[in-house]
Amino acid sequence: MADTLTEEAVEYPGAKRPERVRRVDSHGVGINVVEWGRADAPVVLLAHGGFDFAGTFDVFAPLLAKEGWRVVSWDHRGHGDSEHAELYSWDADVRDALSVIRSTTDEPMPVVAHSKGGGILTQLIEAQPHRFTRFVNIDGLPAHRPRPDVADHERTRLLNSEITNWLAHRRAAAGLVRKPGTIDELARRRARMNPRLSLEWLRYLVTVGARRDDDGWRWKIDPALRFGGFGPWRGDWNLQRFGGLAAPVLGILGMEPEEMGWGTRPEDVIPYMPPGSKVVGFEDTGHFVHIEKPREVAALVLDFLA
Amino acid sequence: MVFLTHAKVRLALHELQSGLGVSLLLLHGLGERSPDVLPDWFDAWRGPIAALDFTGHGASTVPRGGGYSAEILMGDVDAALQHLGEATLFGRGLGAYIALLAAGARPDAVKGAILADGPGLAGGGSRPGSPTIAAVDPTEAGPPDPFALVEMARDLRPPDYATAFARQALHLAALERPITVCARERPEWLQAVIDEPGVEVMTLDEAIAYYTQI
Repeated sequence: MADTLTEEAVEYPGAKRPERVRRVDSHGVGINVVEWGRADAPVVLLAHGGFDFAGTFDVFAPLLAKEGWRVVSWDHRGHGDSEHAELYSWDADVRDALSVIRSTTDEPMPVVAHSKGGGILTQLIEAQPHRFTRFVNIDGLPAHRPRPDVADHERTRLLNSEITNWLAHRRAAAGLVRKPGTIDELARRRARMNPRLSLEWLRYLVTVGARRDDDGWRWKIDPALRFGGFGPWRGDWNLQRFGGLAAPVLGILGMEPEEMGWGTRPEDVIPYMPPGSKVVGFEDTGHFVHIEKPREVAALVLDFLA
Repeated sequence: MVFLTHAKVRLALHELQSGLGVSLLLLHGLGERSPDVLPDWFDAWRGPIAALDFTGHGASTVPRGGGYSAEILMGDVDAALQHLGEATLFGRGLGAYIALLAAGARPDAVKGAILADGPGLAGGGSRPGSPTIAAVDPTEAGPPDPFALVEMARDLRPPDYATAFARQALHLAALERPITVCARERPEWLQAVIDEPGVEVMTLDEAIAYYTQI
């Protein structure tokens, strides 16, 4: 395999970098905001998921922009080209999202949000309903699952083990540096989290979401961030609040279970949807529905926003 | 005072009393800072005594743009434990909740957690309320960090989450009484912890006298 360390860019069919890039100060943290489409067109906001970045919309966003939308997205703090922060939390992400919205328009807008972005926007739409017209949630709909049948003492040990691993990561976080590599090496590493996405796409993502240092490419995401974790939040709390959202919801679900998804089925969430909503399941598609099926998802979204 | 590192934050650890044996680590309440002078409540403690300024408080780093959680502050305590070795924790208010989490997370290093009244004991309750985007005065830099005051006053503390940490301490610590409650305020999370078999309720004097003998 060719060493792609020195490659400047990798082409991907249909991928287009944003036309405009700007910086928003969110209470001291620099947030990278990107836009596709005409600057005077109506705004649609895109929110990426955890461990992703706005560049993961490089195929999907242009499909919306081509149909007359000003597509605005941003890198969450610690992700992509936004600043690494001292602290990360759900509330901080919600606040950063509001900073991006305020910097864009005071007019109500539709939003399209994937995974963790869907959770953040659910909270923001409930807190500030006057800012939103429609909500497309791509595989970010949590389902209430019964806890596995594990003895109490075993559950205690499992939780302690999870916390011990998290604390070990925190102890090491000050000195952590992402491992360098070639474009191919970084793409293959990411394939562990994105096993259904093509290597061609992941190689393209490296050139967008990683930086090239003297010793190789490194993902830009803050190494202090760690996948998974624990805390008091329950997914079903979010689900129970969907019915109260003022914005109609289009829920899009990937039917193939993946580690990064919730494994939610349409029947899990349809009873909770507000009036005017619908839920569509994509068969033979994983958590990254808009990346696996960008044209089909864009057509569905454009129809919902029309 | 020494400074410890927890990820990107510099934590101030105040060494208030020297001595031999297990340390007593004081954890302040929400919006407070470590005391400059040791209160006489701790006169009976024979070993060393230290006090930690949580992230965003006292002489510790005030981060940009908030992002606090009880779990992150538990990581602050873990950094202090890494420096001190074994320690008994005394927590006021917010510090009491963090002491409980740390006792569950590090049952080998925490030689008892004393949970006392103080600011921030209740947190944000057991379930989320109507969401709001907290407004913070950008001209007020702190310490204490205004984001900490807002975010840790809203921090959710479901009773079964608190008892999961209590059970870790009760099941995994080699200590007969790993958790002792002195607080008179009893938010739901704390009442649930008290209801766990093995959790003790006693006065602060009794608790200090008990743990200093270990």
